[in-house]
Amino acid sequence: MNERNESIHGVACTFRKPADVYHAAEKVRDAGWKYWDVHSAYPIHGLDKAMGLPRSKIPRLTLLGGVTGFIAGCLLTWYMNSFDYPLIVGGKPLWSPIFPFPIMYECTILFAAFGTFFGQFILNRLPQHHHPLFDLPQFARTSDDSFMIVLEARDSQFHLDDSRNFLLSLGGQEITVIRD
Amino acid sequence: MAYAPDHSSERPAILDKVNPAELPRAKLILNDRGFHWITDKVCGIVEEPTPLWWKVLFTVALFVASFTGVGLFYLVSTGTGVWGLRAPIGWGWAIVNFVFWVGIGHAGTLISAILCLLRQKWRTSINRAAEAMTIFAVMCAGIFPLFHVGRVWFAWWLFPIPNQNAIWPQFRSPLEWDVFAVSTYFTVSSLFWYMGMVPDFGTIRDRATTWWRKAFYSVLAMGWRGGNRQWSNMEMAYLLLAGLSTPLVLSVHTIVSFDFAVSNVPGWHTTIFPPYFVAGAIFSGFAMVLTLMLPLRAIYRLHDVINQYHIDNMCKIILATGTMVGYAYATEFFIAAYSGNVYEKFAFVNRAFGQYAWAYWIMVSCNVITPQLFWFKKIRENHSLVWIICLFVNVGMWFERFVITVTSLANDYLPSSWGYYSPTIVDIFTFFGTFGFFSVLFLLFVRFFPLLPMAELKMVSPHSDIHKH
Repeated sequence: MNERNESIHGVACTFRKPADVYHAAEKVRDAGWKYWDVHSAYPIHGLDKAMGLPRSKIPRLTLLGGVTGFIAGCLLTWYMNSFDYPLIVGGKPLWSPIFPFPIMYECTILFAAFGTFFGQFILNRLPQHHHPLFDLPQFARTSDDSFMIVLEARDSQFHLDDSRNFLLSLGGQEITVIRD
Repeated sequence: MAYAPDHSSERPAILDKVNPAELPRAKLILNDRGFHWITDKVCGIVEEPTPLWWKVLFTVALFVASFTGVGLFYLVSTGTGVWGLRAPIGWGWAIVNFVFWVGIGHAGTLISAILCLLRQKWRTSINRAAEAMTIFAVMCAGIFPLFHVGRVWFAWWLFPIPNQNAIWPQFRSPLEWDVFAVSTYFTVSSLFWYMGMVPDFGTIRDRATTWWRKAFYSVLAMGWRGGNRQWSNMEMAYLLLAGLSTPLVLSVHTIVSFDFAVSNVPGWHTTIFPPYFVAGAIFSGFAMVLTLMLPLRAIYRLHDVINQYHIDNMCKIILATGTMVGYAYATEFFIAAYSGNVYEKFAFVNRAFGQYAWAYWIMVSCNVITPQLFWFKKIRENHSLVWIICLFVNVGMWFERFVITVTSLANDYLPSSWGYYSPTIVDIFTFFGTFGFFSVLFLLFVRFFPLLPMAELKMVSPHSDIHKH
């Protein structure tokens, strides 16, 4: 059904105002597109909903990191002060959950932060220094004051001329074909 | 049976006539500046040819930083005896400077994390620089305990790394808690700072005209494309890191205060220390933020994005935390009197009237009296005066740590073991140099990194409102 051209990444179209791109995004969502994105210099408030994006999965990685950190803190203090080299200091127990609590607390935060930080880069597939979008002259403006909707060729709805006309009907300004 | 009366018919008629008052929010960006203006302003700082003032300041900062280098070189090649530490004062300037610098860092995290959770949008103009300040201040702080261990080449024994003696760190010690707290703080602050900068690095990359600039910022931006699928994850990660940094920053100064509070020294062994240290840290940190941002605002003409509203807010936080610190000083005296413990009572009377009374009164005048000037709008609007008051606060907070550390150690239980501490020239060199070290790093940050968070500024700009524009 699609005359897929392998060298085409998709079509892009620029918008000048956040409100325009927001309403255009709602229409792309309603048309049932799966592989598309809106590029902007800042996170547009409410755009996740307008695009129909699910909630980010980062909190799961944060939780995973936090639980790992807490357990690591427990094991670290128990192994070092109570198992491998038990040493009585000030008549205190060799291990208890109380005295090394600051260690467990800090390890929890540290590993949760690692989960969040690396999770963000993993889920966003970064670093990725080569991308067809970078070859597009208009793309540089999207990190300044312009907005762009990109419909990707791998979507089953993609058809070069139809998709171009669809973007035109959304009120976009410059419509360009992105080549791989 | 009694029923609750039906009020719907008795609703006072006046309520229909009441018009809610118009309470406009303070403008964060003046003169209706658009997105492109923000990009130009912030990227312009990085893109312009290096200004003369920067070269001069950088040279001066390097020279000042060399004092730390000389001080530390002499210390390592000779021994910690070159510092003024003698029995009974084993914790002199080393710990004073450590707590001073760590405390300064705390305002950065407060601005970036706590104010983010509280949805205080005014933070966006200052958070990047404040976070940079945090990281550099923690680096300065780290120098002192690192070299205080004496044989600095064994400092890695502080970390849970197997060593040739097969002994491990001692987790019952608050000093070991400090190692974990401060290193976690440094790591998490750096990650938070860098992650927030990635989209802004992308903007500089996209505007770059020379190949080396393109290469440098491409690497830093990690190929950021600003797609909303990326933003969605980025915003969530940012919020979570803010949520993690908040308990972290409170725990760091709490644990720093445990270094004192867990001991049995009169004047240190008090439960008020954690909240009192945290309030003091925020107090000194905001003073440092203003000390740095007021000149930068004037040099780079950032008046539209750092306006009187921002300065007012920071002055008011200094006023509030300064008052809390003053209240804590009073509480300490009350508890000492009320405790019935002669050593505790003596420790406080001795602070105010003993051999270090001069330091105590410098502390009180700088920390309790000066910030009270911020009650007056005229003073908050006079930026040279604000800057000078902030310097006083910085000085006062250094003296607070000096008073706490030194007076308690110099005059504790037995008069026969009392002493008087004074720093040596090596102490002075090392501390003086850290201001240079801090300035070197901060100047590099100003020159090469986005000074203001562009993406966040655009987010709070009225132009981003999809319902109006």
